Amino acid sequence: MNKVVRYFKSLLLWELIQGLRLTGKYLFAKKITVQYPDEKTPLSPRFRGLHALRRYPNGEERCIACKLCEAVCPALAITIEAGPREGDGTRRTTRYEIDLFKCIFCGFCEESCPVDSIVETDIFEYHFERRGEQIMDKQKLLAIGDKYEDRIARNRQLDAKYR
Amino acid sequence: MLDGIQELLRGLPEPLGYVVWTVAKILAIVLPIMIAVAYLTFAERKVIGYIQVRVGPNRVGPRGWLQPIADGVKLLFKETIVPTNANKFLFIIAPVLTFAPSIAAWAVVPFDDGLVLSNIDAGLLYILAITSVGVYGVIIAGWASNSKYALLGALRSAAQIISYEIAMGFALVGVILAAGSLNLTTIVEGQQGSIFHWYWLPLLPLFLIYFISGVAETNRAPFDVAEGESEIVAGFHVEYSAMTFSVFFLAEYANMILISILTAIMFLGGWLSPFEGIPVLGELFEPVPGIVWLLLKAGFFLFLYLWFRATFPRYRYDQIMRLGWKVFIPITIVWLLVVGAAVVAGIGPWFD
Repeated sequence: MNKVVRYFKSLLLWELIQGLRLTGKYLFAKKITVQYPDEKTPLSPRFRGLHALRRYPNGEERCIACKLCEAVCPALAITIEAGPREGDGTRRTTRYEIDLFKCIFCGFCEESCPVDSIVETDIFEYHFERRGEQIMDKQKLLAIGDKYEDRIARNRQLDAKYR
Repeated sequence: MLDGIQELLRGLPEPLGYVVWTVAKILAIVLPIMIAVAYLTFAERKVIGYIQVRVGPNRVGPRGWLQPIADGVKLLFKETIVPTNANKFLFIIAPVLTFAPSIAAWAVVPFDDGLVLSNIDAGLLYILAITSVGVYGVIIAGWASNSKYALLGALRSAAQIISYEIAMGFALVGVILAAGSLNLTTIVEGQQGSIFHWYWLPLLPLFLIYFISGVAETNRAPFDVAEGESEIVAGFHVEYSAMTFSVFFLAEYANMILISILTAIMFLGGWLSPFEGIPVLGELFEPVPGIVWLLLKAGFFLFLYLWFRATFPRYRYDQIMRLGWKVFIPITIVWLLVVGAAVVAGIGPWFD
């Protein structure tokens, strides 16, 4: 009996028609595509994008060259050299570089930083045109920090209560 | 206006005027087909996109309407690569061999009452013969490419097309039995009356088998083992690029449109209005030209093609063969007997 039912079901394309009904329903379903350059999805304040080095409000750079980020970096993307700064003799980095090709954007550097200096911003639209541009040196990182300080500070503020 | 042009051509010496007029008629068929093919590819990407809850191409031109033009221009300007050790002559001639029949078959397609390039009596036979020639292009392409995948694809495609040709042929025999003619115009005229006079009703199994075989004939999903992206890359046309590839592409889509139009002509009453014989609606839709109905019906089948492609996974090779030889051919033969008996008994309203 079962065999006969199955025979007629397959002969009458029953399952195929069910499949067509399903896809036919999706034909009229609401489309969820985001038209990327025109529309953007909301970003979490925790989004981990391009790195930046921040400053204190008085303009002094935060980084004290403790090298915790260099030590914690699982991809060995951070290179730091440190020494006393000319003038006041405080401990500062003489070289701070992140190789963005090595970086896996895990956010450990930001977590490990005792002075909230190195941060990952929510910038994810950037590109490189020449070799070597992927190595973000201190000047570039500080420049990003200066330019986007408002956004960086706001995102930290929003996330603060969950920390 | 047409009369004016004909009058003008009559001024030319006899054979020349005839040639010019015929070429004009051919162009009037081929150019719309080319445009239809271009926009069928667009429709395909849109429909499949929509079924997959995407929006499909929408960046070139308003809502993506210029996408097929962009695709065409790209293919036109790409380099045609002929593989080393390929048979150059056969390699170039193969796409032409596939493309020519898919266009030539349109010569006998009646678009409206009397609107046909050549109203020959053996129209159906001509179509069967011409569309079968297309498989040579596929085989030659697979062989001339000097590539394993191409050869495998060609073999699969050849076996498949030949198997389904038989079921298709038997389905057509049913139509011939019902209409008592091989002339496509006569076949449509035989379906006059109402939507229930069309042959889809008495020939229902043949109708379904004809369309499914048509899908298999054109190597479309779910019968696309000849192309089988996931197994043999692109099958018989792996080695083809640029214009040679696009000619294969054009042929495939022109064949799809042809099969759709033929199905509409033979089973859904061609250019006849579906409202014929209904008291008020019938008169209301009287002024609509027949070609509109034909194109609507063909469009429905084209949509089915795309719908199938978005729905079904590819058949396994042995399942394709089983379906063709052990399911379709027996069903068509049995139904031919039924139709034959119905014709002899003169069962109305189709055969009286």
